[in-house]
Amino acid sequence: MLTVRFHRALAAWPAARLVVLTLATILVTACAAPGAVTTPSPAATGTQTSSAPSAVAAGPSCGTDPVKLNAYFETGFDLPFKLSDEFTKQYPNVTWDIKQDQFTNLMSSTPRLLAGDNPPDLIRLPSMVTLVKDGLLKNLDDYVTAFGWDKFPAAQLAQNRVASDGTRGSGSLYAAGLNYSLTGVFYNKKLAQQIGMTAAPTTVAEFEDLLAKAKTAGVQPIMMWNATASGGGLAFPLQNLMAAYGPTQPINDWIFQKPSATIDTPTNVTAAQHLQQWVEAGYFPKDVNAIEYTDANARFGKGEGVFMFNGDWQNAVYDKDMSSNVGFFVFPPGQAGGSVAAMSAPLTYGIAAKAKNADCAAFFFNWVATNEKARQIDVAVGGSNPGGPPDLAVPQAAAPVTNETLTAGADVAKDNGAMDFIANATGSIFAQGWTPELQKMVGGKQAAAGLLKAVQAEYEKELAR
Amino acid sequence: MSQAADKADPARALPGARAEAIDRRLSRRIPLAQGIRRQTLVGWLFVVPALLFYAVFVLQPLALTVQYSLYRWDGFSPATWVGLANYASVLSEPKLLETLFNAFRLVLFFSLIPVTLGLVTASVVHRVATGRLGTVSRTVLFLPQVIPLVAAGIIWGRLLSLSGLINQGLTAIGLGDITRAWLGDFDTALPAVGIIGIWVLLGFCTVLLLTGMAKIDAGLYESARLDGAGWFQEFRAITVPSLRYEIGVCLTVTIIAALAAFDIVYVSTGGGPGNATAVPGIQIYILAFLERQVGLASALAVVLVILVLLVILPIQRLSREDAR
Repeated sequence: MLTVRFHRALAAWPAARLVVLTLATILVTACAAPGAVTTPSPAATGTQTSSAPSAVAAGPSCGTDPVKLNAYFETGFDLPFKLSDEFTKQYPNVTWDIKQDQFTNLMSSTPRLLAGDNPPDLIRLPSMVTLVKDGLLKNLDDYVTAFGWDKFPAAQLAQNRVASDGTRGSGSLYAAGLNYSLTGVFYNKKLAQQIGMTAAPTTVAEFEDLLAKAKTAGVQPIMMWNATASGGGLAFPLQNLMAAYGPTQPINDWIFQKPSATIDTPTNVTAAQHLQQWVEAGYFPKDVNAIEYTDANARFGKGEGVFMFNGDWQNAVYDKDMSSNVGFFVFPPGQAGGSVAAMSAPLTYGIAAKAKNADCAAFFFNWVATNEKARQIDVAVGGSNPGGPPDLAVPQAAAPVTNETLTAGADVAKDNGAMDFIANATGSIFAQGWTPELQKMVGGKQAAAGLLKAVQAEYEKELAR
Repeated sequence: MSQAADKADPARALPGARAEAIDRRLSRRIPLAQGIRRQTLVGWLFVVPALLFYAVFVLQPLALTVQYSLYRWDGFSPATWVGLANYASVLSEPKLLETLFNAFRLVLFFSLIPVTLGLVTASVVHRVATGRLGTVSRTVLFLPQVIPLVAAGIIWGRLLSLSGLINQGLTAIGLGDITRAWLGDFDTALPAVGIIGIWVLLGFCTVLLLTGMAKIDAGLYESARLDGAGWFQEFRAITVPSLRYEIGVCLTVTIIAALAAFDIVYVSTGGGPGNATAVPGIQIYILAFLERQVGLASALAVVLVILVLLVILPIQRLSREDAR
């Protein structure tokens, strides 16, 4: 319509062409190919990353001169703020310029922040493969040797490694975890007792037996969220079931985008069939497709639901809401005595390739993993395992449930059962694949096999673009 | 909404353009052509500041969107020219096409129902509620327009939830069997979003149509009544024809609100469950900011603009000709 009006005005009034000409010059300024001007060439960023060793050789630290770390944290999570306060207490020459934003906003703005004129020294990373491909993240390999991070358990760093072919899980290190979260099954102790649960289930069959008992007793078996705004929470039990009936390696390969990886495997179909049975048996709330994350937590906290699949970041809230009437176990294996597995992801922070205080930021990462006070904050505020060298003891936590998750984390580590989350395979596989397909399963419009086929098709389409 | 208003006003601007054309023809015959030319130059000087803003904030983004749609671009690294490939994807991917169909289904709720109901409500208010009652009813009807759409979405999300007020009401009158999470059910999610749209847009249509009714010559109604016409005959023969211009504006604004819907849908359902309420606005957002497919997102946006124009232009023409 706008252009139509323009043409008519031109026909009616030749002098208008003069004005149009000026307007045209404004428009022409935009006619270079998008992105062509502002982006540094890969060659340029390449030389920058390789020029780091000179500084590292002197021993990376924050020095003694005043340093102002330029940081982007995620809104709503206290941990990095508390850690930065403590860091300044111990290293008074370091002050902070902290900006914060919602995670979803960070997802869209991170590339521009990293490529911009004031690149962050520390930034919460939503995903990293494309950022590495574009040369926007600092390669941390030199710090690995300088600080001895190579002596940390290898699984800790694996999720933050990116290989030269763009697959995650191996290759150079591009980010560090402030802590390592663990997911599993929270349960309401009183309700669990009521349905006859005396110990954590040791097989999926035992767990399903408890679900059936809860249903018969007229108690909501599982509280979960599955509304679009929060993303399909049913992906949590689904991935747990996948790891109970099959090995974790193919799941991680799929998440890390290894060539020809597929999520549509026979054991995964078995897993999805179990989930479908749970849906059909009414183990999830009937309005689960309209329940958002915060609502689900609130309802579980008020005593609705025996079980809830979630992560240890929720420990402090559950402990407070339920006055310690909450317990935790890792999802059981398919066979008794089988190995346990869980989604476990680092709280990932990275350093911009062009960051001014990269050494100080890396020193901060090392401090978080090794300093006693920092590790205490990590457990008390974050609720998760601080990681770091294996010989350092994990601090005790005030919330009883946190001690349960920390113990469970050790079991998962022993079985080498850590997985990333299937929702993180690509930038939008959660929004475009898992969430709508899981909602369709709840609505009776998608079956187990079809769900995996649909998600695999979306995955391949996104990778092909 | 302001964008919608922008698109609605060519109908007003055009008679002006024609008047200018007539002016110009006259100026050739009249010896004082020089003076008139200076006058129009002054006129242009008045227009230029606004025109510049219009160019920078409306035309330039529009041109950029068209340009982006021809590239494969993640938003910051160098872009690759792909020609019309993005448009081919938009028109061949079922998931993207589905959003366009959903947008047209929303037209029923966002446009046809509010305009029809608005006409009836306005004529009732115009006839029955004069004085203070009229002011109060106008205010109440217009109130949803004042509330931010995001707030409206949140409030309605609560009302329509399983334990919400609407289900409580249904249970109270013995309809407990049909209660459900209205926004989370595949069959009811889109109509439920539509009802939020009706609530928001009904007041706008009613107030606009009421204003139009105030301009209708009361003598027309008087003579109709002398001829023995009833309420419905008056409504059909006088009210509706006299309001064609206002109805045109209402349809234009509400259809654009339906096709370009984002905020209400994003807050209430986010496009779910499944893709039951996925509309182009949401898909454009996901493509551009989660998938970083700026080119594909732009192509979908351009297709949406073209569709809006195809629907709106005939309405514009109709209401303009009828107004004369």
